[in-house]
Amino acid sequence: MYPAPFEYYAPKSVGEALSLLSQNADAKILAGGHSLLPLMKLRLAQPAALIDIGKITDLYGISDMGNTISLGALTTHHDVEHSGVLRRECPLLPEVASHIGDRQVRNRGTLGGSLAHADPAADYPAAMLALGAHIEVQGTGGKRSISADDLFTGLLQTSLNVNELIVSVRVPKTNAKGQSVAYAKFPHPASRYAIAGVAVWVKLENDQVSDVRVGVTGAADHAQRAKKTEDALKGKALNNDAIAAAAKLAADGLKTLGDVYASADYRAHLVNTLTAQALSAAQARAHGM
Amino acid sequence: MKVSMKVNGQLREADVEPRWLLVHVLREKFGLTGTNVGCDTTQCGACTVLMNDMAVKSCNVLAVQADGAEIITIEGLKTDGQYHPLQQAFWDEHGLQCGFCTPGMIMAAVDLLKHEAQPNYAQIRHGIEGNLCRCTGYENIVRAIRQAADKM
Amino acid sequence: MGVLGQSIKRREDPRLITGEAKYLDDLQMAGMAHAAILRSPFAHAKIKSIKTERAAALPGVIGVFTGKDFMELNPLPCAWAAGGVENHLNTPRCLEPDRVTHTGMGVAVVVAQDRYTAEDALALIEVDWEPLPVVTNAKKATEAGAPQLHENAPKNIECEWQCGDAAATDAALKSADVVIKQQIINQRLIPTAMEPRGCVARYDSAADEYTVWATAQAPHVMRLITTAFVFGIPETKMRVISPQVGGGFGAKIYLYPEYVLVIALSKKIGRAVKWMETRRENYVATTHGRDHITEVEIGAKKDGSITGLRVHTYANMGGILSTIAPGIPTTLYGRLLSGPYKIPHIYCHVLNVYTNTGMVDAYRGAGRPEATYVLERAMDWVADALGMDPVQVRRKNFIPSNEFPYTPADNILAGLAYDSGDYTKTLDKALAMLDYKDFREEQAAARKQGKYLGVGFSSYIELCGVAPSAWIGLPNQGWGAGLWESANIRMHLTGKVVVTTGSQSHGQGHETTMAQIVADQLGIPVDDVIVQHSDTLGTPFGYGSYGSRSGAVGGIAVYRAAERIKEKAKRLAAHMLEANVQDLIYEDGKVMVKGVPAKAKTIQEIALQSAVGYSLPQGMEPFLDETSYYDPPNCTYPFGTHICIVEVDAQTGKTKILRYIAVDDVGNVINPMIVDGQVHGGIAQGVAQALYEGAVYDDNGQLVSGSLMDYAVPTAAMLPSYETARTVTPSPVNPLGVKGAGETGTIASTPAVVNAVMDALKPFGVKHIDMPLTPEKVWRAMHTNGGMS
Repeated sequence: MYPAPFEYYAPKSVGEALSLLSQNADAKILAGGHSLLPLMKLRLAQPAALIDIGKITDLYGISDMGNTISLGALTTHHDVEHSGVLRRECPLLPEVASHIGDRQVRNRGTLGGSLAHADPAADYPAAMLALGAHIEVQGTGGKRSISADDLFTGLLQTSLNVNELIVSVRVPKTNAKGQSVAYAKFPHPASRYAIAGVAVWVKLENDQVSDVRVGVTGAADHAQRAKKTEDALKGKALNNDAIAAAAKLAADGLKTLGDVYASADYRAHLVNTLTAQALSAAQARAHGM
Repeated sequence: MKVSMKVNGQLREADVEPRWLLVHVLREKFGLTGTNVGCDTTQCGACTVLMNDMAVKSCNVLAVQADGAEIITIEGLKTDGQYHPLQQAFWDEHGLQCGFCTPGMIMAAVDLLKHEAQPNYAQIRHGIEGNLCRCTGYENIVRAIRQAADKM
Repeated sequence: MGVLGQSIKRREDPRLITGEAKYLDDLQMAGMAHAAILRSPFAHAKIKSIKTERAAALPGVIGVFTGKDFMELNPLPCAWAAGGVENHLNTPRCLEPDRVTHTGMGVAVVVAQDRYTAEDALALIEVDWEPLPVVTNAKKATEAGAPQLHENAPKNIECEWQCGDAAATDAALKSADVVIKQQIINQRLIPTAMEPRGCVARYDSAADEYTVWATAQAPHVMRLITTAFVFGIPETKMRVISPQVGGGFGAKIYLYPEYVLVIALSKKIGRAVKWMETRRENYVATTHGRDHITEVEIGAKKDGSITGLRVHTYANMGGILSTIAPGIPTTLYGRLLSGPYKIPHIYCHVLNVYTNTGMVDAYRGAGRPEATYVLERAMDWVADALGMDPVQVRRKNFIPSNEFPYTPADNILAGLAYDSGDYTKTLDKALAMLDYKDFREEQAAARKQGKYLGVGFSSYIELCGVAPSAWIGLPNQGWGAGLWESANIRMHLTGKVVVTTGSQSHGQGHETTMAQIVADQLGIPVDDVIVQHSDTLGTPFGYGSYGSRSGAVGGIAVYRAAERIKEKAKRLAAHMLEANVQDLIYEDGKVMVKGVPAKAKTIQEIALQSAVGYSLPQGMEPFLDETSYYDPPNCTYPFGTHICIVEVDAQTGKTKILRYIAVDDVGNVINPMIVDGQVHGGIAQGVAQALYEGAVYDDNGQLVSGSLMDYAVPTAAMLPSYETARTVTPSPVNPLGVKGAGETGTIASTPAVVNAVMDALKPFGVKHIDMPLTPEKVWRAMHTNGGMS
C-alpha cells in the first residue's frame, strides 16, 4: 500500500518522454497507472523512475481516419466504451472495454497502458488480435507500426523495445455489411480479469465466411489467435454446425495455464465454449437477430 | 514535490513525495478522512472519489497525477447543507451498516447515475462492481441507488 | 410508546454517509509515530538472528525492535480452552522471538515518522531463517511422520473433545434401514471486514496509564486480558476505546499480537503510535474461520426418521491459538448438532489441530454454520437414499412445536434446552413463497431442454446470546465466567436519557435499537435517549458484541435498567402524589394512580424532582441512575427455513441463483429494518462460502488466496436479491422475547445453496462436491460422475 521511492518526471511531449526513457535505466512509463501502481503498492515493482505521460496531450483522443480509427494511447477504457464513433464503426472495442475491471478502473485505465503491460488475462489483447489492429509506437530511433499479431510475445512480454512508447492504436472499421464481431468472457470472480476471453471478427460474403479472426486471452501466457478455428470456418456457411465444429479447435495447440481457480484443462474447455458463444453472437448479429 | 488541486471547491496544496497516493494526501494532508482505504489491490473501492468528474479509486492514483485536478470527496457532496439524494437514500433504505464502504459506494453511485440516469437493478449491480460491501449483501444499496435515481 | 418493532431510521447514519465518522485510521495525534511489522515469509521456521542496524539508521526511523525486546510481556492468553478436556495451549507473543508457525507472524517492528518510511525500513531488516517442514491440512497433521509444531501437542492435537453418547449412537446407526457416510469439508474462510484492523496507543508517563484505540468488538475484554494477562498491570491503568468500527464478523473480538506491540511501543518510545493493517496483512495475520474436515454418518428408518448421527471432525486451529479458538469447533459446534431435529442419538468427536496456517477462530456463525452444514447436507442424503422428498424428511424429523422447551438427546447441549420453536411454520411459509409444486414441474420441463435447475432447502436452528453463567460459565465448558452484559441508564433533570452499555456496535445499529428499548420502556421520545458504548471509561464492564448476543443479552440489561428506573420513579411519584406506591402504575411515560389518570406525574417531572434532590422520600438518594448486569438463564434459539433456486450452466458449470427465499424466526423484533439488513448480509456471506470464497494454502504454507485479487468476496453482480419473511415465536428466556438475528442468514444460506446445486446436478448422479462450488468443480462433477463423456 506504500510504494517505494522513485524519481518522477512529467514530460510534455513524446520526444521528451523518450529522451527521459533513454536516460533512466530502470524507468517505467506511467499512463493511467492501473497496471503498474497496484504492483508498486505491493512493492512487487520498484522502478527507479516513473515517466508520467499523462500530460502529453498528443496521446489523447479518438480520430476517424477514413478506413480506420485511431485511438491515442491514453484513451481510457471509459472513453472507448462510450465513444460514438467506435460504437458505430468498430463496436467490438466498446463491447470489450465494457468488460474491463469496474467503472472506476475503466475511468482511469488506458488502452496503451494495458497493451504495453500485456497482462495475459487482460481483455484488450483479444480484441486487438480479432480486429487486426496496428500499434503505432515511437522510439528514439523513430516510429514504427506493430501488427497486433506480433505484439504479444510472452508472459507480460511484448515486442516493444525498451525505449519505445505506444503512441496510438489503429483499428479497422468493421461496420460494413457482412462484418460482425463479438466478445465472450469468463471473468475471475475476484479480479474480474479473464479466465478466458474470446473476441471474434467475421466477414461474410454470400453467406459464407470469407475471413475471420479469433483472438483468445486469459487462457495462456499471452493472447493468441485461434488459427485452427479460423481455418475451419473459412469458406463455410456460418451456421451452428460449422461454429460447433470450429470452436472445438480453438484451444488446440494452445498452452493453457492452470491455477487454483481454473486448471489448464478447464481453461481449454472454456476457450472452446467461449469461442462458440462469441461466434454464435457474431452470427446472430450478422443476421440481424 | 508540490501538488495543488481543487478539493470540494477549495484550492488545496501539499508538499509530498511523488510516491504518495492521492488517498493518503486527501486523508493525511487535507484531513479529509471520509475516504477510506479497504485494500491494497484496487479491488474494494472504499477510496472512490470523483476526479475531474469521474469516479476513481484514489488509492490507485498518485497525488502528482492529480496535480491540477478537481476532486470531490464524500465530504463535498452536501449542497447548501442538504444531503445529496444518494446520501439521503442510503439513510432511508438502510443501505449501510458499518459504513466503511459507504463513502466510496456513494461516490461510485454518483458516477453511475451521471452516466445512466435511470438504471435498472441489473445495471445498478453491474455499476457498483468496483465496490465491495461486506455487511448489507447489497440488497438495500441497490434499492437506495434506485430510490435516488427516482428523486434526482 | 410503540417504538419497539418499528423500522426507525438509524441515528448512526448521518455521520457515516457524510464521511464524518472517525474510524481508527482517521485518528491523528500530535507526534504520532507509525509502525510497520516485518512478517514471516515462512510457514514454519526458526529465527536464527535478526539484524536491524541498517533499518534503524534510515532517516525518519524512530526505532526498530524484535521479539527479544519484549520478553517481559507474557504471551497472549487463550481465554476459551475447550471444555472438560486437556488442552495443549500455545499462544502468540507480540513479536515472535524464536520461531514462527504460520506465514505472516510478526518478528520485528519499525516505528517511523510516517508509514512510507517505516515500510522502507522493513526492507532493510535482515532475518536469518531456518525453514522447517510444513503441514497445512488438519487431518494430515495428526498422521505419523507429520511435522510437529509444538512440543506440548503430540500429533499436533490441541485437544480431543467429544459430546453425546458414542455407544448409543453406534447402536442407533446399526438399527437404521439406511446409513449414509460421507466426508465433507467446510473450507477455510477469510472474514474480510471492509475495515482492516488497527491500533493506536498513547502512554501517559505522569499517571503511568495507557489509552488505547483499537478496532475491537469487545473493548472491555481486550483491556482485561491485555492488562491482567499480558502486561501484569491493574486493568484500571488502561482505557480502551473502540472508535467507529468498520465491521468485524468475529475477527475483531480477539486480542491480537499487534495491539500488545503497539501498546508496549507507546511506552518504549514515549510517543503515540499507530499501526493500521493493510489488506495483505489482514489476510495472513487476522483470524480466519471454519476449516473443518468432517466424516459424517447418519442413519434413518425407511419412513425417513433419523435414528442417529455420528460426526468426526478435524478442526484446523492454525499455527497458534487465537483468543477463543478452541471453544468454537467444540461447544459452539458439537452441541448444536441436533439442529431443528429430534435425533435420538448423537455423538460428536472433535480433534482441534495445529497446522502451519493462519489462526482460525470465530467467524460469523462460529460453529453453528458448520453444524448446520453437516445436518442439512445429511438430510438431503437421507432423502436421496430413501427416494423421499427433502422437504418430507425435514418435516418428519422436526421437533414438534408442543415439545418446547426441548432438550437435545444425549445431553449434547450440556443441560440447556431450546427455548421455543415452530419449525413447520417457517418451512410452510417458505414453501408458500416458493410454490414448490410449480417449481418441480418447471424443473422437469427445463431438464428436458438441457437446463439444470435445482432447489435447495435449509432448515436450521441457531444459538444466540452465548452468556449464561450456568452454562458457558461452568468450568467444563471452558470459560469459567458468565458472559453477562451490562447497561446503565441515567435520566438527567431535563428528562433526557443517557444509556451506556458494555455491548459494542460495529455496524449493527445499537445506538438506534437500544434507544428504542429505553424509549419504549420509559414511554419517552426515542430522540430523548442517547446510547454510548465502546469506551471502557464511562461504560460498565461488558463482554462485547458477537454471537448475536447484543439484543438478547445487552438489550435485556438495558431493559432491566429501565425497569429499575421505573421502579424508583414510582416510589418517588408516590411521594410526590401522596399516594401508595401499590396504587400506582407506569404508563405512557407517566406514573399515575390506577383509575385516576388526572393524578399523574410525567417521568420528566419525576426526573427533575429526583435530580434537584429536595423533598425525596425518606432514605431515597437523588437522581435516576440505574445499572443492570444481566446474566440470562439460557441462550436463545432462532430458527427458520431458507430456500434457494439455482440454474447450473452445463457448458461452464457456473451457478446462477435465480431466487433466494428466507423465512426466519428471531423472536420479537426491535427494528425490522435492521433485522432485515442483518439477514441480507448474513445470506450474502453464506452464499459466498457456498459458491465463491475459499482460503487456499499451498504445500509450503503460503496463502495463495492472499488478496482481494484472488479471494472472491462477492460483488453486487454476483449475488441475488433476497425475498425475506418472518414468523414470530417469542423467546420465553427474556422479557423482550427477542432471540438474535446477526448470524441466521450465514448459518442457513450455505447449505441451501449447496443443496440447490446438488439438486440441479441430480441427473448426473453427483452426490457431493466440496465448497466453494466453483464452475470448474461443478463442470467436472457433471462430466465425471454422470457419464456424459
